[in-house]
Order: sequence, then C-alpha cells, then structure tokens
Amino acid sequence: MATETPPPSKTPDRLPPTEEFVAVQESAEFVELRGSYRGFAFPLTVAFIAWYLLYVLLSNYAGGFMGTKLFGNINVALALGLAQFLSTFLIAWWYARHAAAKFDPRAEAIKSRMEDGA
Amino acid sequence: MSPAITLAAGGAASEHRTLIVTLFAVFVAATLVITVWAGRQTKDAADFYAGGRQFTGFQNGLAVSGDYMSAASFLGIAGAIALFGYDGFLYSIGFLVAWLVALLLVAEPLRNSGRYTMGDVLAYRMRQRPVRTAAGASTIVVSIFYLLAQMAGAGVLVSLLLGITSDGGKIGIVALVGLLMIVYVTIGGMKGTTWVQMVKAVLLIAGAVLLTFLVLLKFHFNVSDLLGSAASNSGKGSSFLEPGLKYGATGTTKLDFISLGIALVLGTAGLPHILIRFYTVPTAKAARKSVIWAIGLIGAFYLMTLALGFGAAALIKPDEIIASNKAGNTAAPLLALHLGGVDSNWGAILLATISAVAFATILAVVAGLTLASSSSFAHDIYANVIKKGTASEKQEIGAARWATVGIGAVSIVLGALARDLNVAGLVALAFAVAASANLPTLLYSLFWKRFTTSGALWSIYGGLVTAVGLVLFSPVVSGKPTSMFPDVDFHWFPLENPGIISIPVGFLLGIVGTYLSKEEPDAGKYAELEVRSLTGTGAH
Repeated sequence: MATETPPPSKTPDRLPPTEEFVAVQESAEFVELRGSYRGFAFPLTVAFIAWYLLYVLLSNYAGGFMGTKLFGNINVALALGLAQFLSTFLIAWWYARHAAAKFDPRAEAIKSRMEDGA
Repeated sequence: MSPAITLAAGGAASEHRTLIVTLFAVFVAATLVITVWAGRQTKDAADFYAGGRQFTGFQNGLAVSGDYMSAASFLGIAGAIALFGYDGFLYSIGFLVAWLVALLLVAEPLRNSGRYTMGDVLAYRMRQRPVRTAAGASTIVVSIFYLLAQMAGAGVLVSLLLGITSDGGKIGIVALVGLLMIVYVTIGGMKGTTWVQMVKAVLLIAGAVLLTFLVLLKFHFNVSDLLGSAASNSGKGSSFLEPGLKYGATGTTKLDFISLGIALVLGTAGLPHILIRFYTVPTAKAARKSVIWAIGLIGAFYLMTLALGFGAAALIKPDEIIASNKAGNTAAPLLALHLGGVDSNWGAILLATISAVAFATILAVVAGLTLASSSSFAHDIYANVIKKGTASEKQEIGAARWATVGIGAVSIVLGALARDLNVAGLVALAFAVAASANLPTLLYSLFWKRFTTSGALWSIYGGLVTAVGLVLFSPVVSGKPTSMFPDVDFHWFPLENPGIISIPVGFLLGIVGTYLSKEEPDAGKYAELEVRSLTGTGAH
C-alpha cells in the first residue's frame, strides 16, 4: 500500500512524509480548522437542501397555496422560485466571505509551515 | 417532417440559410484559430489536462458557465417552460441551487488534493487500480449520457434551420459536430477547450440578454403582462403559471417530479466535466472564486430563460412549437424568429444569430465532455491501471488523443437515436447517474474516515448500475410515443428519472460495502487527504 503513491509527477513530489500529515491531522490547530469548516458547511448544506426540497414538495402537493396570486399574475409559486435564486446568491456570498475570514488564514498557516519544513 | 418546419424555415429561405452557415463558420474558424494557438502552448500533461493551471478565477468562472449552460439549458429549459409553463422552471432552480453543493463541499477540496481527474480524489486513499477503473467507467458513462443530449440538440437545430430533414443529412451534421470536437480536444487540450468555453459563454449570455430585452420590450417591461399573455396564449389559463401541468397528473408523475428535483440538485457536484475545470486554476481560493462567478452568471442566465420560455409561450402558438419539435427544443430559436418578425429580414437574421449561438453552445459543451472522458480514460485507466503508473507523459497524452477519437465516434452513433427527446430531460438523466455513482464516493472519500476501497466500489458500481438500469427500463427508452424506441415496450419502471431510487442506493451501498469488508481504512492516507484537502499543502 505504501508504494501506491498518487499519480506520478514530472516534478518530484515535495510532499512531507505521511507521519507529518498524521501529526498535523491530530494537532489542535488543524482540528479547529476542520471543526469550523464542517460546523459551517455541513449545517448550511442540510439547510439549503431542506429549503429546496420544501419548495419541490410544495409545488407537488400544495397546488392551491402555490397558485395564490400575490400581485398581477405573480403567484406564490413564482415568488418562491425566485426566492430560491435569491437564497442561492446569498449563501454563495456568505460562504465566500466566511471562508476568506475564517478558513483561509488558518489553512495558509498550516500549509506554509508544512511546505517549509519539507 | 411537419409543415411547421417548412413554415419556420420558409422565413429562412436560401439566402438566410447562407447567413446561418456563414455565422456558424465564423465561430468555427475563430475557435479553430484559438485551438491551434492553444495547441502550440500545450507541452506537458498539466497543459493538456489542466490548461497549465494558469487561468484566473474569473476566466474559469466564465468557462465553467460555458461548460454548464448547455443546449439543455438554452433550448431544453426554454422549451419546457414554453410547453409546460411553471413546471419547466424547476430545471432552472435545481440546476442553480446544485452549485451550492459544489461550492461548499467539493470544489476546493478537489482542487487541493487532485491533479487531473475526478478519479484522482476518489482513488486517493484507496487501492488505485480497482477504484480508478470504476471512476473511469462512471466518468465515461455520465459524459456519454450528457453527450447524447447535446447531439440530440444539434440534430434538432439543424432540421429546423437548414431544412435538412433526411436522416442522411442529420447524421452528416452530427458527424460534423463530432469531427470538430475531436479536433478541438486533440489539438487544443484543456487550454484550447477552456478558451472555447469562454468565447461561447460570452456569446450565449449576449444572445440571451438580447432576446430577453426584446421580449420584455414587447410587453413594455411589465412581467405580469408577459405572464398573463403566456397563460392565455397557451390555452391553459392560469394553471400554466402554477405547478402541475407536466408533473401534477398522477401520483406517479408527482414522484417523477421529486426524483428529477433530487437528481438536479445533487448531480452537478458529481459531473466529471465540471469537476476537472477546477484544476485549471492555481489555488483552491481561485476555484472558490470561479464557482462564485459561475453562480452569478448561471443564475442570471436562468432568470433570462424564464423570460425566453414564457416569451415563447406568449408569442407563438403552442401547436407551432410542438409541430416544430415534439419536446419543445426549438422554442428559443422560434422565439427569435417571431421577435424579429416572421418573413422579415430582421427575423431571419435574429433566428440565424440565435441558432449560431445555440450551435456554438453545443459544440463547446461537447468538447468539454469529450475532454473529461478522454482524460479519465488516459489518466485513470491507461496510465494507472493498464500501465500501472509507468507510462510517460507523452504516452498518456497520446492515449487521451486516441480516446477522444473513440468517444467522438460513439457519441455520433448514439446521438442519432435521441433526436425526439427533450434535451433537458436527457441531461437530467446524466445528473441522476452522476449523483448516484460519483457524489457519494466523493463525499465519503473526503469526509468519512472509515470509508474503504470496497465501499467505494460498491457505491460507484451500485449507483451506476442502478441508475442506468432504471433508465433502460423506464419510459424514456421504450413503451411511449416519446420514447427512444417507441415501437417496443419493455419498460417496467414507471418514472422517467431514476434519482429518487438510485441516489439513496448509491449512498447506502457505500456504507454497506464499507462495513461488509474486513478491510481496514488506510489511516495515513486519510490524514494526507484530509490535511491536503483543507489546507492545500502540496497542491500542484
């Protein structure tokens, strides 16, 4: 197994030894980075998929409600569909901001330390 | 063929046909120049597979949009909305929301830990040969489903525009598309393909902006009026603006709607031709930026398809749309003709422009798909399975070029079979296969410590066989007038989209396979993958 390295490269792999990755994986700094990433990305993923499925189910089984006219010919179904667009844009923007502020500095600190040490 | 085609093409008499062909030839010539230029700069494997990894986040965002906004988006969604009103809108929403899965869970870890293909990440901590074989197989199957949709779109466009209705003529055009894509990919590699995607994305967005503007102008920028006219012209009244016209008939069709919805939202992050785009940028941050750009561009584009679909419904008689193409695939080009004025020069010019754009779209997406499958064949199967890592870069790229020719040939043959299916529906099948076979293994590999080689194999093959098997025995293939083979009936699976069954099966089999084998996960490799995927250590 140890010989099955990832794809061969023309530049020699400057990857640190596996033991170092194990040590980093167990370090408090990395555990914190992983925790903050998963704590943000996982619940948010569950939330937007639930919100999307709610919309799909309402379209299927709540025809009367979805057909309610809001103004002119704009009904609830159309407004909720547009709300899906809006929430997608907002979540993307929020994630990008959050990642730049919370994940990138920590990730870069670990990366530069590992690559300098190699 | 139906009289409506002659009617539509009647506006496009021979001189307009010349215009269409000229516009298209200009696009082909321009992209060939780009391809040759890119080909001269393609020296090593990183150039061929990943465009040298020197594209910026914005450039790649544009290219991702180009790869993603296929004929399915432009022709299929507009057609589905034009025929079924609100129910066609689900495609736009699912196709867009799906990007959040890619953004939050997949794009950055993939860029950090992979090199050229999806298989790089799937096989990272597993036994290389079996997992790479599986990854290669599912990459090629997903891409071929997707190719089928694009080829169907090409055939449809050609019969509308050039009045070519003979089977020989259509096959000739499909073969031309296949030939061009082989040239793009073998010569230009990823660098050439990426530039072609960018050019195409700009053209497609410009075309959509133009049509949207003209539609809104016609209704004095009153969206409510547009919707009202669409509802009344469709002959279906206000139900045209409500869910249920296509999927609301019975309990089965409602299940189909849910199945489609799940496949759309989970498919994107498992599409190999999209995933390999993230290798064209230097860092994970740039990969994130490309997804953000892509979400903005694709979202804006899908909002416009809403105007195109309802615009077509409002301005064209439903009979005319159906007569031109049963599945509505020609609604957008017909809309262009009607906006300019049937039998007027302006109408013919608009029709020619939009058709050339649609053709460019198909050509570019087909090139992207072919690149994804030939890369996976060369890098995953040829270099790592057959040659066990001893192939030189030159041999590997050579294998990729030959694979391109083979895949081109296969897609030409299959494309002829699929011409009367709605291209958006066909693409949704590719999404279902991707979500069933690729996404579970991708997520488990990245985030589940206990996951093993046998879990990966169960999940990839199980998801793949379930999804493809259910499609084979669905009404898409046989048993209905709209099926691929309408004259025979061997269908027993009632839904058109298999996602609701095959996606949970793919996820479950990953767990079952992992716990059933006695194999221990490789903890050291997982440490490598996890640290690399989150920090970018050692990323190339």
